Amino acid sequence: MTAVAAAAALGLSACGASEDPLAEETTDSGSSGGGGSIVVGGANFSESTLLAEIYAGALTGAGVDASTQTNIGSREVYLRALQDNSIQVFPEYTGALALYYDEDYDGTEPDEVYEHVQEVIPEEFTVLEPSDAEDNDSLNVTQETADEYGLSTISDLESVAGDLTLAAPPEFQERPQGVPGLEDTYGVTFGSFRPLTGQSIVQALANGQADVANIFSTDPSISENGFVTLEDDEKLFGSQNIVPLVRSDRAEEVQETLNEVSGLLTTEAIADMLKRTDIDKEDPRTVAQDFLDENGLSGS
Amino acid sequence: MIPSILEWFRDPMTWSGPGGVPTRLLEHLWYTVVTVVIAAAIAVPLGLWVGHTGRARWLVSVANSLRAVPTLGLLFAVSLVVGPYIPGDLAFTAPSIAVLVLLAIPPILAGTYAGIDAVDPSARDAAKGVGMRGRQVLWQVELPNALPLLLSGVKSAMLQVVATATIAAYLGLGGLGRYLIDGLAVSDIGEAAGGALLVGLLAIVLEGVLSLLQRRVVSPGLTGRTARGSQDGDDAPQAEAPADAPVDVRG
Amino acid sequence: MDWFLANWPRVIDLAGSHLYLSGVPLVVGLVLSVPLGWAAVRWRASYPAIITSSGLLYTIPSLALFIVMPLILGTRILDPFNVLAAMTVYTLALLVRTVADGLSAVPDHVEQAATAMGYGGLRRLFGVQLPLAVPVIASGLRVASVSNVSIVSVASLIGVSQLGDLLIDGYQRVIYGELLTGILACVVLALALDRLIVLGARLLTPWQTAGGGAA
Repeated sequence: MTAVAAAAALGLSACGASEDPLAEETTDSGSSGGGGSIVVGGANFSESTLLAEIYAGALTGAGVDASTQTNIGSREVYLRALQDNSIQVFPEYTGALALYYDEDYDGTEPDEVYEHVQEVIPEEFTVLEPSDAEDNDSLNVTQETADEYGLSTISDLESVAGDLTLAAPPEFQERPQGVPGLEDTYGVTFGSFRPLTGQSIVQALANGQADVANIFSTDPSISENGFVTLEDDEKLFGSQNIVPLVRSDRAEEVQETLNEVSGLLTTEAIADMLKRTDIDKEDPRTVAQDFLDENGLSGS
Repeated sequence: MIPSILEWFRDPMTWSGPGGVPTRLLEHLWYTVVTVVIAAAIAVPLGLWVGHTGRARWLVSVANSLRAVPTLGLLFAVSLVVGPYIPGDLAFTAPSIAVLVLLAIPPILAGTYAGIDAVDPSARDAAKGVGMRGRQVLWQVELPNALPLLLSGVKSAMLQVVATATIAAYLGLGGLGRYLIDGLAVSDIGEAAGGALLVGLLAIVLEGVLSLLQRRVVSPGLTGRTARGSQDGDDAPQAEAPADAPVDVRG
Repeated sequence: MDWFLANWPRVIDLAGSHLYLSGVPLVVGLVLSVPLGWAAVRWRASYPAIITSSGLLYTIPSLALFIVMPLILGTRILDPFNVLAAMTVYTLALLVRTVADGLSAVPDHVEQAATAMGYGGLRRLFGVQLPLAVPVIASGLRVASVSNVSIVSVASLIGVSQLGDLLIDGYQRVIYGELLTGILACVVLALALDRLIVLGARLLTPWQTAGGGAA
């Protein structure tokens, strides 16, 4: 009931804004912080682009002048962009943020990780409400490999990992919840490590150039290729809830809208949308717009 | 930035193991040498043939337009299309090497062709005059005369390959590019910048070695210094000079 | 082809940015390389130092240069200016040598004749030496333009959009049409720039065609 009311209110304010966008902008820049329009950044993978489009669309729907700047390569670059005010909002992940600012952090409970993030990020950044939607690391094998070695959990890898090759993003090799964590928690040591990014990880597993691949859990290519995800039975991988990271001086303008978005995002919803962008090759903007329309966030 | 680079260079971990500098440096050198050797094996004979016979000059133009193909895109395309058909480690090395070879061919081809093309016609005539046959003219007159430009073509190819081999790390290739990509992935600017520095150093060393080689093998009558004074300069060709530069409008 | 037809406005848009990011540095680099190349020829002793060090700039991996640029310039990390500056560095790296070679290829007797006619210093450089060096400089410019178009695509990795976006997105989502469109658009752009330079050089050196026609 409240959601409907909020959506209606947002819709109203959007209409108000569209009547006189210039006036809106001037009052905006006159208020606290940097002022001006909001730019939502996105990293160079589909999910980040999709989330950026959803955030920006919802903000526009709420009468905020928002646009996106996607495909920013690495965390180092986009966090600097957030710092120098080139962008103001970025879709982030709780666990990844905690680790970025505290290299040795090994907490896994969602609430605990979120609280830790709030403590470690710089003062000029604020994390808004985390969503239930999660996109975690996951170790995957092909059906044949699973059958051959009888694998269903990561623990099952212990005795055979020495003969296997792991494909994962380069950072996985060094961080506590990556290769070192696999060794400490599971006693799993892979024969070799193949640093790859994005789609090439999926390709490597599908083509047999790697035996085990670290693929984001929402990636539709897992089911598309019939990969088997090994259960993280010892809970090594932390929580990676999707959370809007924003500049503190702009948090006030965006928090209501983005918290509402976070409330609506679920892992399933993300997975469905990614299937549309990655498997059906639909434009992320279209998919984001549909999500906003369905949830009454598009402001029309 | 500079302190973090120094810190990275001082870290003993930087220097040891499969991810250590010596290993990565050797890998990088290995990719570079393999690439340039393959490219030269293709481009030099082709350039000699085009230059000697004057046929199929369009080949040089085509090769030059190859430079316009974005390396990154080509790398992506080749690995997507070819990747599934190559087993094991080769699936990562082969596409990258293939793309780098493609990158190295144009400068070598252009250098070889320009070298032959720039041979003084009177020298060619004189050679024929003393009874040399086509093949002898090629090996004993044209090739030695073309050597300086041919080698500077090889040199610029090698420098390009050294620099570009770093992008291939994006697709899981080893070499010094790993420091750049991995350094960025874990936000270690020292590692990334240190890697870039090593690439530059390798380039300097290779450039020096090739220049030395150039001085060794090029006939003393042809070294740049003497040539620059004596030669009528206006046809001094560039190693990278595109093939279709002078257009004959006499038709 | 289908992909291109469905997305051509975006491709045109990206091609525009691509042209801007690779073209402007070409012009700036050319302007900057003239004094450097001239200095290398004028003071022979400086030749190896200038040529080698500018050539080495070309070996800096593009990704590294893009990321280090804001630290050097004090610009913001996503500022397209970082890419413009980095591309100018690469253009310079390729052109200084060409300008120097072009200038030193001007025959001594021509220079002496110019001096005898009262052409001195700058006037001789701009009135005689540079025009005569145009064909050589143009050939270097062609290489630089093609190389710029190729290198700029890497800027997608730091969030400055141009045709490289199509390459990365096409690869990440395995859309062959998009990947191919990106590659072909780069090639078309490079060839167009190349033709433009050839044409420009021909207009600047009327005596080359005129001489041919008279003979």
